[in-house]
Amino acid sequence: MLIQRGPEIRFSEITPKDVYLSRRGFLALPLAGAALTAGNAFGETKLEGITKSPFSTTDKVTPYNDVSHYNNYYEFGTGKDQPAVLAQKLKTSPWSLKVEGAVNKPQVFDMDALMKMAPLEERIYRHRCVEAWSIVVPWIGFPLNVLLKKVEPTEKARFVAFQTLLDRSVMLSESAAGIPLPYVEGLRMDEAMHPLAILCVGMYGEALPKQDGAPVRLVVPWKYGFKSIKSIVKIKFVEKQPPTTWNISNPREYGFYSNVNPEVDHPRWSQSSERRLGEFLRRKTLMFNGYGDQVAGLYAGMDLRKNY
Amino acid sequence: MAGRRVLSSGWIKILVFALCLVPALLLVWRSLTGGLGANPIEFITHATGDWTLRFLCITLGVTPLRKLLRLPDLIRFRRVLGLFGFFYGCLHFLTWLVLDKFFDWNEIVKDVVKRPFITVGFTGFILLIPLAVTSTAGWIRRLGGKRWQILHRLIYVSACAGVLHYYWLVKSDVRKPLMYAAIVAILLAFRMFASLMKSRRTAVRANS
Repeated sequence: MLIQRGPEIRFSEITPKDVYLSRRGFLALPLAGAALTAGNAFGETKLEGITKSPFSTTDKVTPYNDVSHYNNYYEFGTGKDQPAVLAQKLKTSPWSLKVEGAVNKPQVFDMDALMKMAPLEERIYRHRCVEAWSIVVPWIGFPLNVLLKKVEPTEKARFVAFQTLLDRSVMLSESAAGIPLPYVEGLRMDEAMHPLAILCVGMYGEALPKQDGAPVRLVVPWKYGFKSIKSIVKIKFVEKQPPTTWNISNPREYGFYSNVNPEVDHPRWSQSSERRLGEFLRRKTLMFNGYGDQVAGLYAGMDLRKNY
Repeated sequence: MAGRRVLSSGWIKILVFALCLVPALLLVWRSLTGGLGANPIEFITHATGDWTLRFLCITLGVTPLRKLLRLPDLIRFRRVLGLFGFFYGCLHFLTWLVLDKFFDWNEIVKDVVKRPFITVGFTGFILLIPLAVTSTAGWIRRLGGKRWQILHRLIYVSACAGVLHYYWLVKSDVRKPLMYAAIVAILLAFRMFASLMKSRRTAVRANS
């Protein structure tokens, strides 16, 4: 299959780097004040040696500034503009990711090990939030299955559970965030092994900004955004379907699978269309967020109305 | 008293009117200067919704404040405050209809019928229409003060509907909708308490 790519336009070519960096600094300074630790709040490390991926979409990439200033990261505020300010307190270095459970080789990885685990690829994915907005992001990462295979899952590994860091000294309380913490997510083994699912360490050619889930997050493009858990500290292989945060918080509204599905409405709003940030008219939401050709087979024979 | 003289002056009404317009002008300013964030339509929807609720609360606050502060002249501002509540409600409704749904009538009807939070918000807005229409002195005369007053109690329902609309909308952080709920509850409780005291007084008078 020939996958056509549009002309290569990097965000950095659209807006000169020093301009947008100073803009972020300008935005963040009066708001965050002393809470900001200078150095890492003003632009991220550039990532080298990134390869292109045939899985990338040709949809127009959302501006960097929108993707880094319109975030759902409830540990750092329930307003969309809050994480860009409050998440700067998150300490992302040193970082360790513990992989355990039903595996032959449980291991702890630091960021260095993760960055070298596989060639970093740029994957331009559509990202559809359960709140009916969407963005197109050039993520950087590698297939999750690389890491999964490395630890050698056993027969008992049927699901993979993920956990976000919990640092009460910089994060909101559970009552302020309105969800139980730490944030947890999960995938079925075959979903986790799917080549579209990636462990993501960067976007737009740079390391991930903190508000977007630094230093390492999951990206599962055919599922609603909340499945793509941020700032991961633990991955555990388990036998039974693991609990997931939004499902615990409101099981009627958020299921374990949470595949993008225009035919199954959220109890409170329609999922048939979405607003792509930067566009005026709503656009139709695509089944599996447009990744049906690749992932529909995972759910053959399943009632997606029941398994929402 | 200087304060009372200020309240009864003509220019203060103009000042209040101008102040009430500030949130709308700020939105216009933000939209012209790119200050609406990554999702401008959502920003406008939330801002106009917030101001509708705020103006409904402020309007409901006039009567208790008149009594508590013994400033009956405050009544002069109730109509304009209520009408601004309706004004921001209209903006909120139109944002949804035009900017969000872009006249997709099929979706709009489905939303109103199927989504409780839209049903209740829509009801709250519709209930404000007769109040806005009958807000003139002519209508007070035509209806008669008593009947007019009963009709205008619909604002209680509208305010409650607005709060519920907000509460049902949010995903997890219910603190803001609960704050509005508390304010509306206090404002309505004041009225219940006042009417209870009044009927007691009348009862005592009737017995004596």
